[in-house]
Amino acid sequence: MSVNILMPALSPTMTEGKLARWLKKEGEQIQSGDVIAEIETDKATMEVEAVDEGTLGRILVTEGTEGVKVNAPIAILVAEGETVPEGAEPAPASTPVPEASAPVEASAPVKAAPAAATPAAAQNGTRVFASPLARRIAKLKGIDLSGVTGSGPNGRIVRRDVEGASAAPASAAPAPARPAASAPVAIEASYKAVPNSTIRKVIAKRLTEAKSTIPHFYVAIDVELDALLALRAQLNAASPADGPDAFKLSVNDMLVKAAAVTLRRVPGVNASYTEDATILYDDVDISVAVSIPDGLITPIIRNADSKSLRQISQDAKDLIARARAGKLKPQEFQGGSFSISNMGMYGVKEFSAIINPPQAAILAIAAGEKRAVVKGDEIRIATVMTVTLSVDHRVVDGALAAEWVSTFRSVVESPFSLVV
Amino acid sequence: MSKTEFDIVIIGGGPGGYVAAIRGAQLGLNIAVVEAAHLGGICLNWGCIPTKALLRSSEINHLLHHLGEFGFAADNIRFDLDKVVKRSRKVAGQLSSGVAHLLKKNKVTVFDGFGKLADKDGARRKVEVSKDGKPVATLTAPHVILATGARARVLPGLEPDGKLIWSYREAMVPTELPKRLMVIGSGAIGVEFASFYRNMGAEVTLVEVLDRILPVEDEEISALAHKAFLKQGMTILTGAKIGAVRKNGDSVTVPVEAGGKSQEITVDRVISAVGIVGNVENLGLDGTAIAVDRTHIKVDPYCRTGEPGIYAIGDIAGPPWLAHKASHEGVLCVEAIAGHTIHPIDPTNIPGCTYCRPQIASVGLTEARAKDAGHKVRVGRFPFIGNGKAIAAGEPEGMVKTVFDATTGELLGAHMIGAEVTEMIQGYVIARTSELTEAELKETVFPHPTISETMHEAVLAAYDGALHI
Repeated sequence: MSVNILMPALSPTMTEGKLARWLKKEGEQIQSGDVIAEIETDKATMEVEAVDEGTLGRILVTEGTEGVKVNAPIAILVAEGETVPEGAEPAPASTPVPEASAPVEASAPVKAAPAAATPAAAQNGTRVFASPLARRIAKLKGIDLSGVTGSGPNGRIVRRDVEGASAAPASAAPAPARPAASAPVAIEASYKAVPNSTIRKVIAKRLTEAKSTIPHFYVAIDVELDALLALRAQLNAASPADGPDAFKLSVNDMLVKAAAVTLRRVPGVNASYTEDATILYDDVDISVAVSIPDGLITPIIRNADSKSLRQISQDAKDLIARARAGKLKPQEFQGGSFSISNMGMYGVKEFSAIINPPQAAILAIAAGEKRAVVKGDEIRIATVMTVTLSVDHRVVDGALAAEWVSTFRSVVESPFSLVV
Repeated sequence: MSKTEFDIVIIGGGPGGYVAAIRGAQLGLNIAVVEAAHLGGICLNWGCIPTKALLRSSEINHLLHHLGEFGFAADNIRFDLDKVVKRSRKVAGQLSSGVAHLLKKNKVTVFDGFGKLADKDGARRKVEVSKDGKPVATLTAPHVILATGARARVLPGLEPDGKLIWSYREAMVPTELPKRLMVIGSGAIGVEFASFYRNMGAEVTLVEVLDRILPVEDEEISALAHKAFLKQGMTILTGAKIGAVRKNGDSVTVPVEAGGKSQEITVDRVISAVGIVGNVENLGLDGTAIAVDRTHIKVDPYCRTGEPGIYAIGDIAGPPWLAHKASHEGVLCVEAIAGHTIHPIDPTNIPGCTYCRPQIASVGLTEARAKDAGHKVRVGRFPFIGNGKAIAAGEPEGMVKTVFDATTGELLGAHMIGAEVTEMIQGYVIARTSELTEAELKETVFPHPTISETMHEAVLAAYDGALHI
């Protein structure tokens, strides 16, 4: 018989904590009273003792995971000789410690734990303030409270917030339009209150958190595109006219690849900051910002550095189409180690983007345009675009960011590395 | 010459107006209160407070007549009605001067006179104050709060005459105890007077047009109150139709049709307690965008009227007609004016208390209203007879009833009858305001021995089963 080991409460008020360290490995024998793990709260670090004896069959919550709800299963204990039952999925062994998450779905670091047990898990170690009734209703309706904006005292989530949230996505059942409570007297002009959808609330919450907690700085550089455009024309000309092998590379496909190649060359930017350590990702997974009705989402082109341009192009087309149709699976937009936001098609001159946590950087790509450039002592015409890298200064210092953008420029301006 | 320019002018110094004034002063605003009669309003001078003083006397009278149960004996028990009434007036006077002191301490300017909205002065509103028809002052402020309250509704043929037919006002200052009394209307006011006079020894007939007394309460609570009053010797006529009242020299004959029976009841005095109407007259509302619906000013959840800069709170702004609702609205109205984030009142979170014997208190939906609203309910009941403290106190009559939503565990309503319930209902109000579910209420440790344990048991009864019954 298997037994779930649950996240213990270290104090009567504790609702969640960080699973700091496992002291036993999967497969190890455990005696009742053995210290198996260390749990951290904002107040203290405490040891977790085993109550039962058996074999540590499976660890469900990897060490370093924050915001683990009290009573959420953290591991499965089995009797000797038994195996872990089906359906209890382990955390992928290769998962870096804090699972990188996309901006739209506040992905749970604990997502590997049997999800049903902790539907309203607090995300990213941020405590969710909600009334017991709101928690109950959210649980019944399967609403993730981390995406709900509270309208109660001090932003507490109360019943009406979760009742509104359930009706929110797209179909827009009119939630009661409440005047902005902070300045109720000011609203004299006529207005229309459009209820916020869940996705809008998640975006608001995540970006506010990113912009207000991550020390951003920005490094811009001008990149000449002519060589890349010429290469693109050549490659596209090589495509069969039609049939399954036909392809048409976009500039964006090539820039995704260029960013991936650059990340491989300057790996310090392919990273995440955590309190205890800087996480350097092994894989280069590029999140590409895609606008969708009422928001944006960042589907991921995995291992973009090692994929062919044709593969990237196919992946991107497929992901973007399904993103706009709302058909992405969570693993297709949660994670990623670096983001790209391209507004070139709108003709923008330059812009800077907000970092998509826990990533360390995002590249903002503006329009390519013909500009007069000085080469030696001559003025000539070149197609130039300005790119701006937003970086998390906790992980990436100025010199490293500068190295990254200049490497990116050389990759784009000498684009053969994209095909060989 | 006193100051005439303010941040807020409040017309009416009752529990809505004076509390709004204190809160405004705390927020650093310049406040004026215009009061035509007494600071503290009806509540403090002619309502909540003096009636509680009277009811305390009547409760003592009741206990004195039941001394034997507690091991005492006394002969020749009597009371001096004049002193009972004087005590009630003294209590009201003490509290009214307390309000004056609070306003002075908070540097609120009080104008003694009748306030009326006048024309605009740019973005400011003028309020004219008059005393005995003579102008006293013209005040201006960008914000004006109307808090003029309400008065007793008068039924044709039952106009209070101060002698035979009483409103609450005469009923509060009797010069002698009527031997036979009829109370028309069984809401909180009617039932409290019926209880007072019955416990002081009068023969009381309680008449209600609707099919049960205390019609806003849960049906089971109404039924228990009905039973308790009958046991105390009250006569109760429900579903009653009242004919043309005849006044005799020192008595009144009231034709009443009830329960398929017509009868003429002759009593010494009649108390008319058939609801209230808002004090909306002579307020200067004509020509403004302020909407009035059946003597009440229409407001939004932030107490704003249709006219920018004009607000209404308390009884004048509609039901429930309760002092604590007025005070709460006063606070949130002023906080909104000061730019604070406020949370509108959920009417189902406003408790109601009736101080008859046995007391009645409730919050939220009755079982019937919860079902009408589409809830699948779980109901718990616990009688006082299962509570040690209630028995020890000699108060074994009473019940607590809880109504939960079966799906979400929300406490939809709580209904209590019995000793001290008015002091205990706040526990359930906190539960509702904090949106607790049955889980938290079950896990709460209630002190023993207290009557409040019945509240815990009534929660358990809705789920696991009560322990002591």
